[in-house]
Amino acid sequence: MAQIIWDGLFVGSFYALIALGYSMVYGIIKLLNFAHGDLYMVGAFIGYTILTSLGGWATSMGLFALIIVMMLSMVLTGSIGVLVERLAYRPLRGAPRLAVLITAVGASFALEYGVAAIASPNPRGFPIRLDGDIMMVLGARVTFPQIILMVIAGLLMFGLDRYIRKTSTGRAMRSISLDMKGSLLMGVNVNAVISRTFFIGSALAGAAGVMAGAYYGKIDFLMGFIIGLKAFTAAVIGGIGNVRGAMLGGLVLGLVEAFGSELVGGQWRDAFAFGVLILFLTLRPTGILGERVTERV
Amino acid sequence: MTMEYKTSSIVTNRPPTKRKMFGDLMARIFENKYIGWVALAIALLAPFVSASSYSLNVMTTALIFVVLGAGLNIVVGYCGLLDLGYIAFLAVGAYTAGILSKMFELPVLFTLPAVLVMTILAGLIIGAPTLRLRSDYLAIVTLGFGEITRITAQNLTITGGPQGIYNIPSFLIIGDFDFQEPVIFYYLTVLIVAGLVLAAARLGKSRLGRAWKFVKEDEDAAEAMGIHTYKVKLLAYIFGAVWGGFGGMLFASHLTAISPPSFLFLQSALVLMAVVLGGMGNMKGVVVGALIISLLPEFLRDFAEYRYLLFGVLLIVVMVFRPQGLWPPRGSESERKQAKLDADALQNGIPR
Repeated sequence: MAQIIWDGLFVGSFYALIALGYSMVYGIIKLLNFAHGDLYMVGAFIGYTILTSLGGWATSMGLFALIIVMMLSMVLTGSIGVLVERLAYRPLRGAPRLAVLITAVGASFALEYGVAAIASPNPRGFPIRLDGDIMMVLGARVTFPQIILMVIAGLLMFGLDRYIRKTSTGRAMRSISLDMKGSLLMGVNVNAVISRTFFIGSALAGAAGVMAGAYYGKIDFLMGFIIGLKAFTAAVIGGIGNVRGAMLGGLVLGLVEAFGSELVGGQWRDAFAFGVLILFLTLRPTGILGERVTERV
Repeated sequence: MTMEYKTSSIVTNRPPTKRKMFGDLMARIFENKYIGWVALAIALLAPFVSASSYSLNVMTTALIFVVLGAGLNIVVGYCGLLDLGYIAFLAVGAYTAGILSKMFELPVLFTLPAVLVMTILAGLIIGAPTLRLRSDYLAIVTLGFGEITRITAQNLTITGGPQGIYNIPSFLIIGDFDFQEPVIFYYLTVLIVAGLVLAAARLGKSRLGRAWKFVKEDEDAAEAMGIHTYKVKLLAYIFGAVWGGFGGMLFASHLTAISPPSFLFLQSALVLMAVVLGGMGNMKGVVVGALIISLLPEFLRDFAEYRYLLFGVLLIVVMVFRPQGLWPPRGSESERKQAKLDADALQNGIPR
């Protein structure tokens, strides 16, 4: 029991990190960024490239190197996210929803198969693997890397929450999500703030990508597809457009999935998660924290 | 509104420029009412150009892809519902045909009633709870359903698990006459596909088809005009599903073996690509789009690695520079719509 809960929370924190980007972008420009899951994959590959090009001495430094690489990867992935927004989404701002959605599918494809073309479609082993002692906490097997990764994820989310609530950019984001035209008239540089939103969301996905690479030890160019869908599910569960909701949704989805696969078998895990998504969308499309529509980013 | 019509008539009264004359010529060729017959003739004559088993295989696959394009065009092009799990209907049709014909040792053709029932059911199951959702939610939910279908096929024993179903019986055998012969199967596919494409095109011009277009243009206005939008959307979904089921039956019969990897999201995206590239809402355009998408890889063998990258970039480029596709429906309001879009953008004051 404790084991299931712990596993669920651990996977859920990954979902939460990725769901944040989904939710932020959706909150601001009402765009479902299909390519978001693929930015997670891009982050993992950037981390892989940096680590392999640095060579053995970096991998020997373990956790410290990993954190540095993660930060570099966050910056680069964030920039790629901004680039995607600039090239694919901005020209279509104000276009019909269908057109933008199809563009997002195209962006997702371009990222996936772009990476496959550059880095070969075969799975790669991640150069750093975090191993650690197993501790027993309340009957659950908890490893040291799991704790580290969860702490990092928690810090990132806490930082983001503060950023959105306390800084002027955060306030600008919230105001754009309420009324884009009004914000523009009030002197908010809308395009710059949207770019920054894409940067932050993509950077978080990139961080999750590096962490997943280091934890699971294997990356491939389609790794972002399923987890992107799950992150969207998490964002919907929490109430899409709501940042705290996305964090909560990620954890809830992780737990639901852990219990679900215990119940119906691991091979049905993904089907179960999507079933939850469909249920939520039909029964409660506003999500758990959905009432607070007035305050969304 | 009247002003716009007036200006456009003035424009056409000007002495035609060279470009305009070329455009008129193209329009006359492409809007010719015999163009469908020409296409059918080309399809019927194609085996006389090349009838190797390889080229027959490629052509048959391309035709099956055309059926999928036609079916998705009903959903996306006519009704404006973005379905990202369309391949699920192909899977339902293919698995129903495969399982039943193998289990009862029937020719695949005899499974047609069951295929129809199953795909209509699938359309209802997927459509009924989701069609009340907003368009972007609908896209993701259909994507989820597509994945659920594939995972289910992979995990059940009746569908053969990861190995799938193989040794599917012949499409139809009358005496010594086996429809499974590549050339005969090709001609059979040509006829079935031609019928389906024609039916889909006619459907688009029917009363229901006009209702779909209304829903696509403005759902609230359609509702206000007395169209039961939910029912109309569900019908679009079910028709799309039936076309997918036909495609699945042909698919299972053509390959005689089916397995879960044939029904990846990738395939759904490729069908969508065909519809978008060809011109959402115009059946002729979609046929061309489907042929391009399915035949292009055969000509681009050297670029196999970059194929899907190219497709992704193409989707973005088409949407940014030519959102109506290569061959948009005639009389589509693209210019007026563009003007409206520009006005909206101006009003919103967001520089693009």
